[in-house]
Amino acid sequence: MGDKAANFNPDVFKKTAEEKSNARLKMWLEICAHCGLCADTCHFYLANERDPKMMPAYKAKKVLETINKKNKFDEDRLDDFYETIYGECTMCRRCTMFCPFGIDVASIISMARSLSASQGKVPKELLKAVEGHLESGNQMSITEEEWVDTLEWMEEELQEELPGATIPIDKKGADFLYVVNAREPKFYPMDISQAAMVFYLAGADWTMSRKGWDVTNLAMFMGDIAGATKIAKMVRDAAEELEVKRVVVTECGHALRSLQFESPIWLGRDHQFEVVHSVSLFAEYLREGRIKLDKSVFANERCTYQDPCNVSRNGGCAQDGREIVKYLCEDFVEMEPHGEYNYCCGGGGGFIPMAGAFKERRLKSGKVKAEQIKATGATICITPCHNCYDQLRDLSKEYELGIKVLSFKEMFEEALIIPEELKAKEDDEDEE
Amino acid sequence: MSLYELLRGPLLWVAFGVFFGGMALRVVLFFQLSMQKDKPIYRFFSWKWLWLSIFHWVIPLNETAKKNPVVTLVGFVFHICLIVTPLFLVAHGVLWYESWEISWWSLPESVTDYMTLIAIGSGLFFGIRRMVSPHVRIVTTAADYLLLVVTLAPFVTGYLAYHQYFDYQTIILLHMFFGELMLVVIPFTKLSHFLMFFFSRAVTGMEFGRRNAPSW
Repeated sequence: MGDKAANFNPDVFKKTAEEKSNARLKMWLEICAHCGLCADTCHFYLANERDPKMMPAYKAKKVLETINKKNKFDEDRLDDFYETIYGECTMCRRCTMFCPFGIDVASIISMARSLSASQGKVPKELLKAVEGHLESGNQMSITEEEWVDTLEWMEEELQEELPGATIPIDKKGADFLYVVNAREPKFYPMDISQAAMVFYLAGADWTMSRKGWDVTNLAMFMGDIAGATKIAKMVRDAAEELEVKRVVVTECGHALRSLQFESPIWLGRDHQFEVVHSVSLFAEYLREGRIKLDKSVFANERCTYQDPCNVSRNGGCAQDGREIVKYLCEDFVEMEPHGEYNYCCGGGGGFIPMAGAFKERRLKSGKVKAEQIKATGATICITPCHNCYDQLRDLSKEYELGIKVLSFKEMFEEALIIPEELKAKEDDEDEE
Repeated sequence: MSLYELLRGPLLWVAFGVFFGGMALRVVLFFQLSMQKDKPIYRFFSWKWLWLSIFHWVIPLNETAKKNPVVTLVGFVFHICLIVTPLFLVAHGVLWYESWEISWWSLPESVTDYMTLIAIGSGLFFGIRRMVSPHVRIVTTAADYLLLVVTLAPFVTGYLAYHQYFDYQTIILLHMFFGELMLVVIPFTKLSHFLMFFFSRAVTGMEFGRRNAPSW
């Protein structure tokens, strides 16, 4: 499946490897004791019949051998390297938690991806999305006009039910800027009106932006740090121009990781705003009683929660998701393991947009997640991440799980208790 | 100068020099490179997460220990015997005293004798595990076996010397040689983890910590 290396150049490869080898990577590649304790922490290893070639330390070893100046470097080696770093790791960082030395294999793979990118060898779907993002400001290449139209359309839809609700655009000095995944205006526009509904009911002072509204960052997964930096800067600039206190990230995992934790490193300074994931904001609203949910709506369902790696393990929001669940589900069963220790669903690391053989691998590596879900007996699997969401829907078909995959917003739409005075008065005209 | 005097004198100095100098250099190089290329370590530095990360692994308070009780137990026993035995052995204490008139507490000889056997036995356990477990075998290199031999050789020869099996004069020379060899290779191989472990745990602990997540 390997996409051809657009600019194969061993010298550039070795030079980039030298540049990118920081003190941590050098230390990790040197001290790995080859103990093998990382093997069964990896969903690729477990889902591929415990194939030792799928264990994290083996992948790290392959990176080390590829960048070793003593070894011959040709296109065959690059092909093999490419298959491993893009096709056998979602950079979920689960193995790091279980490594006695705390070796961060995801960092090693991330560095390896930037080496592959230096050869122009990257999955073409990622490249297309990243190029589009850099050009248009979002990964789906939606024009500004289409974007504003979508927001207006969603506002109208929302007002049919809640006449007072609005979707503010470019409101300077708002409490927070809400940023989304470009999949939302493209495929799931209701996500936007659902969020607006929550914010309206909570009495939030919020805004959306004409620019820098797509908080996704596939360049991060592609290994293009320069591109990732530019993409993150679009969101940062929008937020700082609007002088908001916080930026609230939609139910998306890698977007949070990129904006909150990686981009301050790429951009060289802290943001002038706080970054908050939707789950944390929703949990805050529920805790403060600003929104109320009718638990009986899902009383006949058994729910479980898929911790997105970049929300729970790499985003620190594991508890917030659970707090929301308490207000929402009568019958809730945890997957084992869960929280920060949860397995990746297989859709992370840029896998969802990647097609062809990558998709087969994605469905196969999702076997671990499918079995985890099956064991809970759940009928609903909640997940606050677009990649998890798409992957779980595919897994439900592939492994016949018979589950409904829902985001928190989708559940809120049904369970939110709307005060009578805010509801549209349908009867007004029919009264006489 | 006899071979004994050579191993007891100049070569021991060389071994200590390479060991301490090499490790000091490793640390200096880590700081030097990391200050240029690993700025997040310093920007997000946190004593709290540094200590928490080390603490949960210096004692087996982590998920890996729960999941792998046997490897964890053998691993801890192996490392304890490896470090404690040579430092608190009566015979070594005598040598320290002869050289520099310094002395410290030592363990009864019967205890260190068992600890030597345990070190050898647990080392063999890891060697066999390397050979029989497919997932360990695949990441194993020749260096892994050689380093295990280098690590165990001072214990095997030490045991033989203490019990005066074979020719004591030869065995004790081998013992000194292997001990010095081990010290010399540590800074240049994965055995440097005895110190770098703390650096690695610290940086990962802080990286997870700034995301408010545990790394254990």
